Amino acid sequence: MRVVVQDAPFDFGAEAAAFADGRVVSGAVVTFTGIVRDVDGGLQAMEIEHYPGMTEAALTDIATQAVERWSLEDALVIHRHGRLNIGEMIMMVATASRHRKDAFEAAEFLMDYLKSRAPFWKRELTADGAAWVAAREEDEDALTRW
Amino acid sequence: MDVLYFAWVRERIGIPREAVETDAGTVMDLVKELSGKEERYATAFADISALRVAVDQQLTDFDAPLAGVREVAFFPPMTGG
Repeated sequence: MRVVVQDAPFDFGAEAAAFADGRVVSGAVVTFTGIVRDVDGGLQAMEIEHYPGMTEAALTDIATQAVERWSLEDALVIHRHGRLNIGEMIMMVATASRHRKDAFEAAEFLMDYLKSRAPFWKRELTADGAAWVAAREEDEDALTRW
Repeated sequence: MDVLYFAWVRERIGIPREAVETDAGTVMDLVKELSGKEERYATAFADISALRVAVDQQLTDFDAPLAGVREVAFFPPMTGG
């Protein structure tokens, strides 16, 4: 299991390949990556603040829960902070398990939990200024299914 | 103890962290104490339903006790992923 918090970009292809490489027990690897997008038009960049120390602890806790619950062979979480431009990758998760259902479910669990339980705060920068992204109720509701 | 603020809570209070000498028994007592100190705290803590709190880097509730605690952090609901 690996948890990485960094401001630098990561190489999604290399990370995914390294994660999948040499698996013997796991027949399934699922990856997900989140990208800065400009839904309404006018976004210039995204800034992500985090809580150094707690961030790593929270992500490790969430990943450990996923590994235990779905008996994963391995899990990877990479999450960036700092200033990101449109199209840049914000984060990725990868899960490896014997069967695809577990790998998919565990990846969704990781995503749902790190959206609302890992101490990151997004701020959108537009021509009109900067605005903190409000947490969405459906993101909180998504946790109840687990 | 160290008190940390993140995102718009940090912006409203104007600093990212500070050392606070307090006898507050719970997080809520600390919130009341800070809010009584200066307007910027009262503004930031006006609606605690819009806030989350971590004690020694663990998410908790506003009724959490503060005995032996080294670090308390206040912030809005998280928006990771």
